[in-house]
Amino acid sequence: MSKHKEILQGAEACVKGAIKAGIGFFAGYPITPSTEIAELFSTELAREEEIFIQMEDEIASITAIIGASLAGKKSMTATSGPGFSLMQEGLGYATIAEVPIVVVNVQRGGPSTGLPTKVSQGDVMQSRWGSHGDHPVIVLSPSSVQELYEMTIQAFNLAEKYRNPVVILTTETVVHMREKVEIDSQQEVEIVNRLLPTFKPGDSYLPYGKFSDDVPIMGNVGDGLGTSVTGLIHMENGFQSADYEVADRLVRRIHRKIEKHASDLFDVEILNPDAETMFISYGVASRTVKSLIYSDHPEIGLVRPKTLFPIDPKKIQDATKNAKQIIVTELNLGQYFYEMQRILPNKKIHLIEKIGGELIPPKEMLRRIEELHD
Amino acid sequence: MIKGEKFLNPDRLPTIWCPGCGNGIVLHAAMETLEEMGCTKKDVVCISGIGCSSRSGTYTQFDQVHTLHGRAIPFATAIKLARPDKKIVVFTGDGDASAIGGNHLIHAARRNIDITVVVFNNSIYGMTGGQVSPLTGPNKKGTTARFGNFENQFDFVKLCIGTGATYIARTGSYFYRNMKKYMTKGFSRKGFSLIEIITQCPVYYGRLNGTPDAYKMMMQQKELLLAQSKYDALSEEEKASFLPMGEFIEDNQQLSYIEKREQLLKKVRES
Repeated sequence: MSKHKEILQGAEACVKGAIKAGIGFFAGYPITPSTEIAELFSTELAREEEIFIQMEDEIASITAIIGASLAGKKSMTATSGPGFSLMQEGLGYATIAEVPIVVVNVQRGGPSTGLPTKVSQGDVMQSRWGSHGDHPVIVLSPSSVQELYEMTIQAFNLAEKYRNPVVILTTETVVHMREKVEIDSQQEVEIVNRLLPTFKPGDSYLPYGKFSDDVPIMGNVGDGLGTSVTGLIHMENGFQSADYEVADRLVRRIHRKIEKHASDLFDVEILNPDAETMFISYGVASRTVKSLIYSDHPEIGLVRPKTLFPIDPKKIQDATKNAKQIIVTELNLGQYFYEMQRILPNKKIHLIEKIGGELIPPKEMLRRIEELHD
Repeated sequence: MIKGEKFLNPDRLPTIWCPGCGNGIVLHAAMETLEEMGCTKKDVVCISGIGCSSRSGTYTQFDQVHTLHGRAIPFATAIKLARPDKKIVVFTGDGDASAIGGNHLIHAARRNIDITVVVFNNSIYGMTGGQVSPLTGPNKKGTTARFGNFENQFDFVKLCIGTGATYIARTGSYFYRNMKKYMTKGFSRKGFSLIEIITQCPVYYGRLNGTPDAYKMMMQQKELLLAQSKYDALSEEEKASFLPMGEFIEDNQQLSYIEKREQLLKKVRES
C-alpha cells in the first residue's frame, strides 16, 4: 500500500486526520495553544465545502458541534485550558444525549489562565471527571505528531461507533512541534460511520429504542423521523422522565456501552517488558522515558497508555507484575499516578512529576531516579 | 382536530405548565401558523433551552432538541448550517435568552443566521419558582427580590436592533392574530428573526406581584403594550408606563448567513 511522508506540525496532522475521518463541521474559539487547529480548519473546510464557524465562546463551540453532529455531520472542536473548563457542560450533554463529538484539548499550564504557551498534563482528571454526574469517557493521549494524526481518525471512529464524546488529550508540545508523519493511503484507513435506522413499512421509530451493542441507532435531526433529544433523563422516545428505573437503566447503559469494551479501547504500548524499572507514562512525558530506553538504558521499561480512559486494569497489572520498581512520570502533581495506585494496590509506586511548563530532560530524569533511592 | 394540533404529540401531554400559563397560547399560535403555512413534520426542527417555555418543542412531533440552559441558539445555528433546507424554530424564555444565553442571542443576530427565535417573556424564572430575570421590571417582586427589583430591565427589541437582527417584532399572548402574523413572517424569511411575546405567569409572577389571575394579567397586556406609532407620540415621561409593540425591523435586503456562506464557497471554488 502506498504511504507518503510529510513533515507536519501537530496542528496540521490533526486537521489532516479529521479530514480523512470525514469531518463535516468544526466550531471553535481562539485560545492558545490550540488556535492553529481552528485557523487551518477555516481554510481547509472551505475548500472541502464543509462547515467551519468561529463561535462567540467555547460554550457555543461545543454546543454547536453537538447540534451539527445531531444533524448528521461528523463534528469537532479544539480548545485549551479555560476553554476546556467551559466545555464541561456540553460534554455532559453529549454523553447523556449520546452525540458523537470529538474534542481536542491542547493542554497548557493551569490553573486558570495559568501558562498559556507552555506544556502541561494538568487536565487528566478533568478529562475523566470534569463534567458533573456519573459519565463514561473515552480519552486518547498522543505522544507524537504521527499519533495525533492517527488518533484524530480513531477519535472520530470511536465517537461514531459508541455515540459518545471522545477527548484527544494532547499538549502544547505535540500540537506545535514538527515531525515526520506517514500518511496512509485512502484504502488502508478504516472509517466508521454511525448506524442509522432502516425501516420497513409500518415500523415504528424510537430514537433511543433500538440498539446495536447498547449503542442507540438514532436518526439524524432534520430527517423528520420525530427524533427527540434532551439532556434530561429520558425514555426510549427521547422524552424526559424522572422515573427511578428509567434513570437507573439509562445511566447504567451509557456506562456499559463503553466499559464493556475497556479491554479493546485501552491501548497500551510496552517497551522492555522485562526491565527492572517500569515507567508508566503517557503523551509527551513518555518521550523522556523513550529517549532513555533508546540511549542504552535496558534497565528501564515503559508502559505507555495511548488511551487514558477507560482503563483496563489487567493490562497495567500484567505489564508491571515483575517490575522491581514502578515509576509514574507526568507533567502535573500526580493525577494518573492516583489511578495507578488504585489499580496496583499492592505495589509501591513512585512519582516523578514536573510542573511549570517544561518537559523533564533525560539527564534530569536519571538524577531523579537516583534520588528515589536516597 | 384543532388547527396545529396535528403537530402536537399526544403521548406527551398534558404539559407541565401551570393553569393560566401563557405558554400554551404561544405554542398553539406557532403550531397553527406552521400548519397554515403548509409545513409538514419534516420541514421544521424545534430547538429550545431550559425553562418552562423551553419545554414547548418537546410536546411536538417535529425533530426537536431540548438543549442546555441558554444554549438553544448555538445548537440552532449549527443545525441550520448542517441542514439549511429546514425551518429552525427556537423556543426560549426571557431568562434563557437574555441572561445565560444573552451572548449567543446577540451573536446569532449579528450573524443574521437563518433561524427564528420566539422568546416567551413572562418577566420571571418560572421553572425554578419565581426568581427575578433581566426582564423583571423596576420594583417588581421575585423570590430573589422580596423588597422589589432595583436592577435595570433589559429590552430585547433594543438589544437586537443594536446587534443587527433583520426582523424584530414584539406582541403579547393576548394579541393572538399579531402573534401568528409575526410568526408567519419569521418562519418564512431568511436571516435572523426575533419575536418577543409577552406572556402571563399568574402562578409565580402574578402571585408575587398582586395579580394571581391569568385573565387579569392578559388584560394588563392591553394596558402595557401600545402600538409603536402611538408609543412614539408620547412624551418620555409617559413612555415609562408602556411598551411599544409591532414590527420594529424588517430588512429583507441584507444577505443571510447561509447566503453569504454560499457566496464564500463560490469564491473559494473559483480561486
